[in-house]
Amino acid sequence: MIQARPIDVATVRADFPILGRQINGRPLVYLDSAATSQKPETVIDAMDDYYRRYNANPHRGVYTISEEATAAYESARQRVATLINARSPKEVIFTRNTTEAINLVRYSWGRANVHTGDRILLTEMEHHSNLVPWQLLAQEVGARLEFLCIDDEGLLQLDQLERKLEGVRLLALTHQSNTLGTINPIKAIAAAAHRAGALVLVDGAQAVPHMPVDIQDLDVDFYAFSGHKMCGPTGIGVLWARRALLESMPPFLGGGDMIKRVKLTEASWNDLPWKFEAGTPSVAEGIGLGAAVDYLNLYGMEHVRSHERTLVGYAMEKLQEIPGITLYGPRDPELHGGAVSFTLPNIHPHDLATLVDREGIAVRAGHHCTQPLMDRLGVAATTRASFYLYNQADEVDQLVRGIQKAQKVFA
Amino acid sequence: MDDLYREQILEHYKNPHHFGELADPDITQEGDNPLCGDVITLYLKLDDGRVGDVRFRGRGCAISQASASMLTDMIVGKPVQELKTFPTGDLLEELGIPISPARMKCATLSVNTLRVALNGDSSEEED
Repeated sequence: MIQARPIDVATVRADFPILGRQINGRPLVYLDSAATSQKPETVIDAMDDYYRRYNANPHRGVYTISEEATAAYESARQRVATLINARSPKEVIFTRNTTEAINLVRYSWGRANVHTGDRILLTEMEHHSNLVPWQLLAQEVGARLEFLCIDDEGLLQLDQLERKLEGVRLLALTHQSNTLGTINPIKAIAAAAHRAGALVLVDGAQAVPHMPVDIQDLDVDFYAFSGHKMCGPTGIGVLWARRALLESMPPFLGGGDMIKRVKLTEASWNDLPWKFEAGTPSVAEGIGLGAAVDYLNLYGMEHVRSHERTLVGYAMEKLQEIPGITLYGPRDPELHGGAVSFTLPNIHPHDLATLVDREGIAVRAGHHCTQPLMDRLGVAATTRASFYLYNQADEVDQLVRGIQKAQKVFA
Repeated sequence: MDDLYREQILEHYKNPHHFGELADPDITQEGDNPLCGDVITLYLKLDDGRVGDVRFRGRGCAISQASASMLTDMIVGKPVQELKTFPTGDLLEELGIPISPARMKCATLSVNTLRVALNGDSSEEED
């Protein structure tokens, strides 16, 4: 295995073709990686190579290029399994994205295991993708949703946890808030949930790309994440789940590849993981995700995390100096992942995002798919700057200058 | 970066025309962009088939609030029948800046709300 090396931002940036682009006559300052990350050349090349040299439907072809496609796709699964320390690649189900992974659990496990009067515990900081599926399930089976509240710093109020876990079948929560940046103490929360007899699903869309994630150490039951936020392509995501759970769950989508033996009126299911992967999969995207994992392994997730921790600390310090600004999320960079949300008096986030775009700076403005959290914070929208391994302190400075310029326009 | 927010737009945003409520409106219509959080409420007083008086309240980005302010200037005194087909393009022209697709909902919130107030729906096409 290659020794992971500390992040040298200039070297990293040279690997991402898009970072050479000019926007409105200025170099692109991309501060929206929490929405989707940029892609290194190796990922683009891996997908290109598949389409040019061995494009074929995997799994059943007996000819060379189909076997090559199968090997590449399944080796990507192995690499994902290793990244999150899964016991086996059989526990790694490829989906379209985090949303589909969570919906898989809602339809397959949820319908079979959540009944009238049962409770599902969520948090106030969930992305709509880890909220709406449970609303739909609760409506369908007559279950009740409960919510863990946050405090004013955007941390979960864990003193409520034990009380709120009573009668809960499933606790579904995010590992890192996409809006607040809050990193939740999943291991301790999962242990408490298990003591109370609940299963734990974690939305890891903002965690796997940005920090070491060891699902055996976290000891959760379901863990979902997306390829496109971790240097990989869109259209590929992952549901990891305990093998025993996956074995016991009914299939999600029916069709080709997920079956073993089909008769006119019945069928039996394929082995894991293919039982949950109906139809021709996203082969190029799977291969691209495998290349993304290889790319992140060049540096190691510890180094990615420490690079972002430094950037977030610097960003909070610099943004704090802007008169009137309100910053959301934990003050402690140890508890704050690579996304910083803020509001300014008299400048709506959309106006700010439009104005800094004139300077080539891409930030997100809006509710970040967390409308209930916006209600909790008492704002309609925030501006969010989010970071990745290719961002640098200089880009924080440019954002601050862009904000100051916008403040002059609105003065 | 200033040209995108012309002086006139900022002026309307900071000192909106016809801002407030009417004591006894004939029509009160709320409109919002859930995606942006922009909200406005239009109050219309009709007078012999015309808009006799108008007020609005709102909260949101500069584009949405300035466009509402400009719209109130454009409709006061006009025949209701004519306003039922008020062209969105006229308001965009008055705004006078290029509106990107992402900001179009902000720019047209006020005129869409006007159409709902007068026609019951926000579509521009006549039926």
